[in-house]
Amino acid sequence: MKIVMAIIKPFKLEEVRDALTAIGVHGLTVTEVKGYGRQKGHTEIYRGAEYAVSFLPKIKIEVAVASDQVDKTIEAITSAAKTGQIGDGKIFVINLDHAVRIRTGEADAAAL
Amino acid sequence: MTFKRPTTAGWIALAIAGLCAVGFVDAAFAQTAAPAAADAPAAAAAAAPVPNKGDVAWMLTSSALVLMMSIPGLALFYGGLVRTKNMASVLTQVFAIVSMVGVIWTIYGYSLAFGDGGSMTPWIGGFAKAFMHGIDSNANSATFSNGVVIPELAYFVFQMTFAMITPALIVGAFAERIKFSAVMLFILLWSTFIYFPIAHWVWYVAAPDDVANAAKALAAATDAAAKTAAQAKLDEVTGAVGWLAGAGALDFAGGTVVHINAGIAGLVGALIIGKRTGYGKDLMAPHSLTMTMIGASLLWVGWFGFNAGSNLEANGVTSLAFVNTMVATAGAALSWLLCEWIVKGKPSLLGICSGAVAGLVAVTPASGFAGPIGAMVLGFVVSPVCLFFVSTVKNSLGYDDALDVFGVHCIGGIIGALGTGILVNPALGGVGITDYTNITGNNAGTYDFAAQMISQGKAVLATLVWSGVGSAILYKVVDVIVGLRPSVEQEREGLDISDHGERAYNM
Repeated sequence: MKIVMAIIKPFKLEEVRDALTAIGVHGLTVTEVKGYGRQKGHTEIYRGAEYAVSFLPKIKIEVAVASDQVDKTIEAITSAAKTGQIGDGKIFVINLDHAVRIRTGEADAAAL
Repeated sequence: MTFKRPTTAGWIALAIAGLCAVGFVDAAFAQTAAPAAADAPAAAAAAAPVPNKGDVAWMLTSSALVLMMSIPGLALFYGGLVRTKNMASVLTQVFAIVSMVGVIWTIYGYSLAFGDGGSMTPWIGGFAKAFMHGIDSNANSATFSNGVVIPELAYFVFQMTFAMITPALIVGAFAERIKFSAVMLFILLWSTFIYFPIAHWVWYVAAPDDVANAAKALAAATDAAAKTAAQAKLDEVTGAVGWLAGAGALDFAGGTVVHINAGIAGLVGALIIGKRTGYGKDLMAPHSLTMTMIGASLLWVGWFGFNAGSNLEANGVTSLAFVNTMVATAGAALSWLLCEWIVKGKPSLLGICSGAVAGLVAVTPASGFAGPIGAMVLGFVVSPVCLFFVSTVKNSLGYDDALDVFGVHCIGGIIGALGTGILVNPALGGVGITDYTNITGNNAGTYDFAAQMISQGKAVLATLVWSGVGSAILYKVVDVIVGLRPSVEQEREGLDISDHGERAYNM
């Protein structure tokens, strides 16, 4: 099992969710985050005070999938979240040792 | 309900309640004594003017509008500009100042500002009206017209709302870095030693009816001795005024008394208290421009009470002040937006809100004196000057006037005070000098540009010096007694938690 973690542009969330649903991935966790990579921030001006805002708002999604589904998942997210502009985000894949469904106690693959 | 032993704070509250009770008894005696005294001259003053219902309704409405300027208007305007962790602190400071000044105004403030000070009258009123002595529903106050009066209670409460908002303006300058106890003590002292005297200097004027009666007596006097006596009486009536009013300074609704006064006190505070921890390094962006926009809009609406209400009756001049408050503000809001668009590249919400407030400040002294076109030009002019001060001047000098009390209120107030001297000129659409000492009674006084500008400049300088120096002393006194600044840790945590033990937002 793997955790696929993706940082995407906020307005792409719905498209990514639709794409994941289409390949049979049901359930994901969404967090509003801030960060920066290649995309630089912007300047905000309040009366005389200018602030360089380098951390931009992004959405982090985390989805736990079986190992054989990882490639499909990455492809779905990539195609849905891509605009071709700097700041589209990144995908990280992390090993997942164990999973438990709280309601039933089912473990690992059955819990996903 | 269970009864608990009073704590120290409880004893203080009891002591205050006791003091108030003493005042109430005093006032009660005054009320029982009043009718007896009123009987004797009743026959002589058969034609004594009575308040007009429309005037009374308008003055009470205006008083409520000016209260709305402070809470929630100013509180939200300022609150939106601070960081989330200091929102409750700013809202509490404004609310508490309004409440505290309401109490001290009733106990002694009105008397000091609008009482007869005897030989001290040019400088300060006395304590004759302390605890509202002699102010019942039968007492009347003069307005600016002969034969027109309003209930003194209406005048009392209208002026109270001005005394409430003026010190509340100051807190924007040192927002996010002052102890609540220091704010309360400072404002108590500042209202007493700075605001009440300056309000007296500018706004304690002779009643038009007294002037007219003395002038009539002078005209009726036949022999030399009677003429001398009548002239002396007239001089006494016209001389028993605040010294700036006597010097001919024009300030319709409080450009000097309210805005220059609060603005310079704020700047001095920002300098003495010092910059916010992290100023110039940390992100200190406004936490909610939505709140600021709501606050600025409430200020604009409330300001109709402030400016148009300052005519003390409901008539044509009231309408002029109302219209001027509308057009000057619209002009200034647009002017700030356009200047910012040209200079900084983008038209901003904070910019248009700041422009509106700058316009309101500038038109305050001019509202009943300038013509509408003059007022609109004043609005166009004030915004670029204030924008220059809040960005270029503030940044190059490096002081941390957190919410630009000096840049908007003091500078805008000075533009307004000097602009009033120019725009009152009938040749520019102004109403001309309203001369209450004009014994012919037509009030069509002459306009002398140089003399008027000297009078205006005198009022501006006197306010800057008295408030600037006086405030500096009071800040030092407060620093010795309770300390001005919270610790750096408390400031980092935010004043909401460190001073008030609560958060503005739990989400």
